[in-house]
Amino acid sequence: MERFDVIVIGAGVVGSAVARELARYRLNSCVLEKELDVACGNSSRNTGMLHAGFTYKPGSLKAECAVEGNKEFDQVAKELGVPFKRTGKLVVGFTEHDRENILKYKVIGEKNGVEGMRMIDKEEIEKIDPNAGGEFAMYVPSSGILDPMAYTIALAENACMNGVKFHFGEKVVKIDRPDSEDGDYRIHTEENEYATRWVINCAGMYAPEISEMLGYPNYPTKGFKGEYYVLDKKAGKYLSIPVYPAPNDKGGFSTHATPTVDGNVLVGPDSYVTEDREDYKVTKSHLDGLFADGSRMFKQMKREYFIRNFAGIRWKRYNPETGEILDFLLESDDAHPHTVNLVGIESPGITCALPLARRAVARLVAKENPQKNETFNPVRPAPKRFYDMTREEQREAVEKNPLYGEIVCRCETVTKAEILSAIHNPLGVHTVTGIKNRTRATMGRCQGGYCETRITDMIEEELGVKPEDVRYSKKDSYMFTGRVRDAK
Amino acid sequence: MRNVDVVIIGGGPAGLASAIELYKKGVTDILILEREKKPGGILRQCIHDGFGLTRFGETLSGPEYASRFVHQAEELGISCMTDTTVLEVTKDKKVYASSAKEGFVEIQAKAVVLAMGCRERTRGAISIPGTRPAGIYTAGVAQAYINLRNEMVGKEVVILGSGDIGMIMARRMTLEGAHVIGVFELQPYASGLPRNIEQCLNDYHIPLYLSHSVTDIRGKDRLESVVISEMDEHLQPIPGTEKEYPCDTLILSVGLIPENELTWGAGAKEDPGTKGASVDESYQTTVPGIFSAGNVLHVHDLVDFVSMEAEALADCAVRYVREGNLPECKLAVKGDELVSQLVPARISGTSDVTVSFRVKKPLKGCTVEICQGDKVVKKQKFPKALPAEMIQMKLKAEQLNEQDDLEVRVVC
Repeated sequence: MERFDVIVIGAGVVGSAVARELARYRLNSCVLEKELDVACGNSSRNTGMLHAGFTYKPGSLKAECAVEGNKEFDQVAKELGVPFKRTGKLVVGFTEHDRENILKYKVIGEKNGVEGMRMIDKEEIEKIDPNAGGEFAMYVPSSGILDPMAYTIALAENACMNGVKFHFGEKVVKIDRPDSEDGDYRIHTEENEYATRWVINCAGMYAPEISEMLGYPNYPTKGFKGEYYVLDKKAGKYLSIPVYPAPNDKGGFSTHATPTVDGNVLVGPDSYVTEDREDYKVTKSHLDGLFADGSRMFKQMKREYFIRNFAGIRWKRYNPETGEILDFLLESDDAHPHTVNLVGIESPGITCALPLARRAVARLVAKENPQKNETFNPVRPAPKRFYDMTREEQREAVEKNPLYGEIVCRCETVTKAEILSAIHNPLGVHTVTGIKNRTRATMGRCQGGYCETRITDMIEEELGVKPEDVRYSKKDSYMFTGRVRDAK
Repeated sequence: MRNVDVVIIGGGPAGLASAIELYKKGVTDILILEREKKPGGILRQCIHDGFGLTRFGETLSGPEYASRFVHQAEELGISCMTDTTVLEVTKDKKVYASSAKEGFVEIQAKAVVLAMGCRERTRGAISIPGTRPAGIYTAGVAQAYINLRNEMVGKEVVILGSGDIGMIMARRMTLEGAHVIGVFELQPYASGLPRNIEQCLNDYHIPLYLSHSVTDIRGKDRLESVVISEMDEHLQPIPGTEKEYPCDTLILSVGLIPENELTWGAGAKEDPGTKGASVDESYQTTVPGIFSAGNVLHVHDLVDFVSMEAEALADCAVRYVREGNLPECKLAVKGDELVSQLVPARISGTSDVTVSFRVKKPLKGCTVEICQGDKVVKKQKFPKALPAEMIQMKLKAEQLNEQDDLEVRVVC
C-alpha cells in the first residue's frame, strides 16, 4: 500500500492548482483522479473566462478569490505557458431593465475591487467590436480569455515536475478515518488502497460524497447545465471581445458569445437544472435556443460555422429551504483532523483555482509547518506550437527537428513533433482526447477526419499498445474491436 | 525560393490527371505536392470496384484506377513531393509547404492548380444531439481504419446518411463480420448513386430508411444506442416515432465539403452554390493563374469526371503559362431554382465550355435548356434526374454569343 503525506481527490483545475501549491513544500503528495486525464469534468466544459468578479456578493469567497485570481493571471499565464488574452468584456443591454441590472452589478463590482468598469453607448460598442450586439454596455477591462484545458494541464504538469504524483483511473469509493490524531486515513479506490496523513477534497461535482466520507455533511448541491456551440475560426475573425447579456435579476448570465484564445468562438451556455452529474448530452431544443440567443450577442452567428457542441454543468451548493445559491465552501476543523474540504466550487472556479489552492494549502501549512521545497520551479515552459510561429521560425524549427515538418493535423497545423511530445506527456496520459487537449489536433473544422487515424497510429507505435487498447477518452471508450484480419 | 512553372496541390485523381496532361502538352516544369506518403488521394482506401467505366471503359478498384495515373506520372518523370503539406498559397502564387523529408519549402509558381479534394461533414456540423462516446466515425475515417490500417471499428452498426461512402461502408463492414442495422437517410430520397443502393444495400439485405434521422446518441464511454425518428416534410423529427437501436458504432455519411482553406487564403472568391472556388470556363479562380478542379471545386459522384475535368483544366493552364492570360469571362452562368452546384460561374462566349450541375430534387421526364437571351443554345431531355448524379453538357464556341449571360433551366 502506497503512503503519502497528502492525497488530493480530483484532478480538475482546483485539484491541479492545489497539487501545484503543495509542491512548494517538502511533502509527499499524490492526486487521485477517477478519469484518465486532468480536466475531464467541468474544468474543460466552460467558457474559459478569466472573470473580473463583479457579480459575486461582496465579502464572499467567490468575490475575494475572483478578484485576486484575475489580478495575478498575467504572471500565472507567463509562468505556466498558458494561452491567455486580457480582452476585456462587454456586458450588453437592450432595455432599461437591463440597464438597471447592469448598474446594480457595476456597484457590486466596485465594492469587490474590480477596476475600470464603465458604461458605454452603442457607438463605442461598435468601435470596440462592430459585431457585438447591444444598445449600450458596461465595458469591463480586466476580464480575459484563457484555454482552461491548457491551464489545468499546465498546473498539473508543473506540480508533477516538482514531485507530485498523479494516479488516473482511481475512483475513490471509501475513506477510513483514523482512530487517533496521529493515524493515517485509508483511501479505497475501485482498484487500490492508499494511506495518507492529509486529505484535500477537490472532487468538484462529487465533492459532497467525499465530504461525507470525511465526516463532513453531504451538502445539498444541484446542477445548472448549459450547452455550447463551438464556431469555426472563420467566425473567430469577426469577434475580438466576449459579449455577455445583462445579468438577470438573480445575477446569472445566459448565453454569451466569446472568442477563444485559439481563434474560435463559443456561444453558450444557457442554463437549466439537472440532477445527473454525468449528463453532458446536448439537446436539439437547447442548441436551437443558443442559436437565437447567440445571434443577439454576435451579429455574425451562422449555422455554417458550427464545428462542435458540448455541455457543462455548474454544480452549485444551495440552501434547500430558501433555494439560495451559496458561496464556495472551504473548510477544515479539529473535528476532521488533517482535511481540507472544498465543496460547491463551480463558476468562477477557473479564475479562483490558485487563490483557493493557496487558502487550502495554508490550512495544512498552519498545522504542519512543513519545510519549503527549495528546488520548486514555478515555471513550466509552454509547448512549442508550429501554428503560432512566423514563417521564419517555422523554417528554423523544421531545420532543427524535421518532425516539425510533418503536419499531422491540417486544420490546426499541428506537427508530428508536437503530437509526439504530447504522447510522452509528463502525466502519462494516453487517450486521444488527451493528445487533443494538449495539441489542438482534431479540434479544427474536419474534427479529426484527417488526423485521427494518424494519432491512433502514433499512440500504438510509440506506446506499443494494441488497437483494442487505444482509448478515446474514458476507461471503456475503446476505438477498435481488434484487427480486421490477422496479419501473417 | 525555387521557381516552377506549375505547382499542383494534391496528388489525388485531379492533381495527377492535370499534371500528366500539362506534361503531355509541353509544360514539363511542374511539381505535385502531396501530404500523404504516396500519391493516389482518397482512392487509396477505396478498395471496392466501379471506378473507370467512363474514363477507361472497364471497372477498376480505387487503387487500380489511381495506379494508372501514378505509373504514367512516374514514367513521364513528373516530380511529386510526398509527405509535404502546403501551408499557404499567396495571391502572387508563392507556395509555402512543410515536409519532414524536404524541410521547409518555398516555391514561386507561374500557375497553381488547386486539387485538394474534399472532406467529410461531421457530427458537429449537423449538430446531432446526445452524448459523446467513442464509436462515432465518419464513413471515410472508418474506411481508412479498416482498409488502410487493418483496424475494425465496431460490430453492431448504424449508418446515418445514404452518401456513396456510407453505403459502401455498409457492405464493407458486413463483409468483415459486422451487423449493419440499416442506413438512415434524412431526405425522402437517397443521396448516393442508384447502383450503390443495389450493390451495397439490396444485395446484402441491408435496409434503407428514407425520411429518418438520428435524434439522440446514448452511451458514456462507448456508444450504446442511437434513437432514430421519422422526419416530416420540413425534415423535422415527428414526435412519437422515436425508436432506440442498441449499437456500438455510428457511421456518418452526411455530405462532403470541398477543402478550400488554401483557396481562400490566396484570396479567391467562393461560389456559394458549390462551396468551391468561383471559376470561369478555364477553371481559373478569381485570382489569375490559380486554377481549381475536381472535388475541391465541386463534389463529384464519379472519379472519372474528376480526371476529365482536371485534364480540361490542364489545357487552360498550358495557355496561361505560355500566353500569360486567358479569354476574359464577362458573362455570368446562372441556374433556375431546380439547379444546384453550377460550374463554371463565368464564360467568355468565345470558347467551348462544359457546364456541370445537379438537380435539387429527384425529377422524372425533364428537359434541360441552356439559353443565352432568347436563344436556346442547347436542349436535352432526361427521363430522370437525381441529385446524386452530376449532369454535364458541352457547348461549342460557335453556338455562343459574347453579349448574353448563360442560363440553365430545368423544365418538367
